[in-house]
Amino acid sequence: MTLRLRLLLAFALLTIVTAAAVAGAGYVRARDAIVQRAQDNAVIETTNRVEQLYPLPARPVDTAILERVAARVSGREGQALAYGNGVSAGGMNPSVITAELRSLVSSGRVGWQRVSYADGVWLVVGMQLRVSSGAPSGIEVYVLRPFTSEIAFVDELARNAWLIGGAVLILALGLGFLAARGVLRPVRELQLAAWQLGQGDLSARVPVRGRDELASVASTFNSTASSLEHHVGELRRMEADARRFVADVSHELRTPLAAMTAVTDVLDAETAALPGVAGQAARLVNRETLNLTRLVNDLIEVTRFDSGTAALALDDVDVAEVVRTCLRMRGFEITATLPDGVRARLDPRRLDVIVANLVGNALRHGAPPVSLVLSVSGSSLVIEVADSGPGLPAEVLPHVFARFYKADSSRGRSEGSGLGLAIAWENARLHRGTLVAANRPGGGALFTLRLPLGGES
Amino acid sequence: MPRVLLIEDDEAVREGLSLALTYQGHTVDAVRTGEEGLDLLGSVTPDVVVLDLMLPGVDGFEVCRRIRATGDLPIIMLTARNDDIDVVAGLEAGADDYVAKPAQARVLEARIRAVLRRSTASVAEVVAERYGDLTIDREGLVVTRFGRPVSLAPTELRLLLELSSSPGRVMSRQQLLGSVWDQGYLGDSRLVDACVQRLRSKIEDDAAAPVYVQTVRGFGYRFGPL
Repeated sequence: MTLRLRLLLAFALLTIVTAAAVAGAGYVRARDAIVQRAQDNAVIETTNRVEQLYPLPARPVDTAILERVAARVSGREGQALAYGNGVSAGGMNPSVITAELRSLVSSGRVGWQRVSYADGVWLVVGMQLRVSSGAPSGIEVYVLRPFTSEIAFVDELARNAWLIGGAVLILALGLGFLAARGVLRPVRELQLAAWQLGQGDLSARVPVRGRDELASVASTFNSTASSLEHHVGELRRMEADARRFVADVSHELRTPLAAMTAVTDVLDAETAALPGVAGQAARLVNRETLNLTRLVNDLIEVTRFDSGTAALALDDVDVAEVVRTCLRMRGFEITATLPDGVRARLDPRRLDVIVANLVGNALRHGAPPVSLVLSVSGSSLVIEVADSGPGLPAEVLPHVFARFYKADSSRGRSEGSGLGLAIAWENARLHRGTLVAANRPGGGALFTLRLPLGGES
Repeated sequence: MPRVLLIEDDEAVREGLSLALTYQGHTVDAVRTGEEGLDLLGSVTPDVVVLDLMLPGVDGFEVCRRIRATGDLPIIMLTARNDDIDVVAGLEAGADDYVAKPAQARVLEARIRAVLRRSTASVAEVVAERYGDLTIDREGLVVTRFGRPVSLAPTELRLLLELSSSPGRVMSRQQLLGSVWDQGYLGDSRLVDACVQRLRSKIEDDAAAPVYVQTVRGFGYRFGPL
C-alpha cells in the first residue's frame, strides 16, 4: 500500500469518526429534544382539553356522553375516541391503539405512543377521565394527533447531518491529499534524484525545504552526492591524465620511430654487406624497430578507442572476399569456410584487423588445425575462429581481451604487442558487434565475432 | 627515376625519408616548410609531392590546395597514423593518396609508383569516346566537357578511365582501390569516395545528382547509364 493511500485512509477514518461523533450525537440529541417537546405539548394540550370537561357528571356512562367527550377533545387536527363501560365513541380508528397503551392507560396513567397510520406518523395520547372526587370515571380518552411535521423536521435534521458529514469527509480527503503531497513531494524528489545518481548523473541534487526530518534526509542526500561527485571526478581526472599520458608518450615516440622506420629498408638491403657482428647488430636493430613501431601503433590505436576518436570508414563489401584477402596477404594456412554472397556494410580494414588477430592468436597459442567459418545469423554476420589446442584455462577466459594480459606470466614478450585481442574486441564494439571467447566442448578455444550486416546505423 | 618533392618539418623524418627515397633511386628535394616547398615548385618540376600535413606556417592542407589549383601534380600526404579527420580533410583538399607514419620506405615507394602509373587500360580505339557532354580520349589522356578540357588530377583521371572502360558495370570500392590506387590489399574506401566527390565536381552538372559517376547503394560506383 502506498504512502499516499495510507495517509488518505487515515484522514478518511479520522473524519468519519469525528463527523459521526459530532453530527451524529448532535442529531440524536436534537431529535430526542424535538420529539420529547412535541409529545409533551401534545400531552399537555390533550390534558388541558380533558380538564375543560370537568366536572363530569357522575352518572352512568353512555354513548351520548362518550360522543360529547370525544368531540370536545378532538381539537383542530386531531381525532379522538372515548371508551367507557365497554362502548366507544368518536371518529378515531380504534386499531391504532395498541394493547400496550391501553393497559398503561387503564392503570390510571397518561400514556402516549407514536404510530404509523394512513401514510404518516401520528401520536396517540390516552388518559382516564376522573370525576371531581378523584375517582376514576371509567372513561378513557384517546386522541390521535398528526406527528408528521415533527418527523419531517427530524428527517431533515438527519439529512443535514449526513450532508455535513459528507462535505466534511470530502474536505478532509482534500486536506489529506494536500498533506500527502506535502510529504510525498520531497520523497518523490529524493527518489528521482537517487535514480539520476544511479544513472550516472552525479550532479543530481534535491531542494532542501524547511527544517523537518525530510529536509535533513534531503541535505544528507545532497552532501553524499557532492562527495560522490567529487571522488568520481577525481578518479576520472586521474584516469584521463593516465590515458593522456599514454597517448602523449605514443605520439612522442612516433616521430623518431618514423625516421627510424623509414630507413629500415635501406638497412635491410645493406646488412648483408656488413661484416659479422655489425650485420647481426643492424638486423637486430631493424627487427626491433619494426616491433616497436607495431607496439606504438597498437598503443595509439588503443588510445584512439579510449578517447572516442576511432571512426569507421564504412564500405559495402563481400565479407568472404575481405576474409580471403586477409588470410592470403598474411600467409595464414587454415581451413576457411567462406560462403559467397555475404554482403555487409562495414570497415573492411577493421574487419581485417579482427580476423588477423583472431587467426594469428589461434595459430600462436592454440594448436592446428585452425578453422574459420563465416555464416549469417539474422541481421548479423558470424565469424567463428576455432583451434584444436587445449583451450583457454578458466582463469584466463575472463581476461582474454584485457590489454597486455599474459595467460602465462612466466612467458616473456610474445610475438604480438599484447594488445591484439583487445584491439579486435574494440573494433567489434565500434561496429556495434560482439566478440566472445569460449572453449569448445571437444577442446580448443573458440572466438565468435558477430557484426551487424547493415553497418553501425 | 621520378623526382620527389618532400615537405616534412621534422628533421629526422625528413632525413630518413630522403635517404630511403634516394637509395631507391629517386631525386629528392627535401624542404622543411610549405612556403619553401611552394617556392621550390617555381624552379623545379617534381613528378610527385610527398607532403606532411602537420607543418609550421602554411599547413599541409593549404599547400595541397595551392598545388591542386595550379596543376595536376600527384600528391601523397603523410598523416599521423589513422588520423581520420586529417585523412578525410587531406583527401578533400585534393591529395591523391596517403601514407600513415611511421611507414617503411617500401610502403611510400609503392604509393609513389601507384600515383605515377600511367593510364590503367591501353585501348586500341583511337577515336575519343563520347558520353553526353563528355569526351574521353584514352590515347591522349584528355577529357573534355562541352569541348573544353577538364583539368583532372592523376587519380581522378584514372578513376574516370577505369569506370568508363565498362559503362553500366558496377565496381566496388575495393575493386577500384585495386585498379586505380594499385592497392592489392584492403584499402581505405574513403580514398575512392573523396576522389569520386572531386571528380563529380569537375564533370557533373550537379554533383548532388550525378549522371556520369553514379552511386549504387550497397555495392559501389558505376559509370552511367546516361
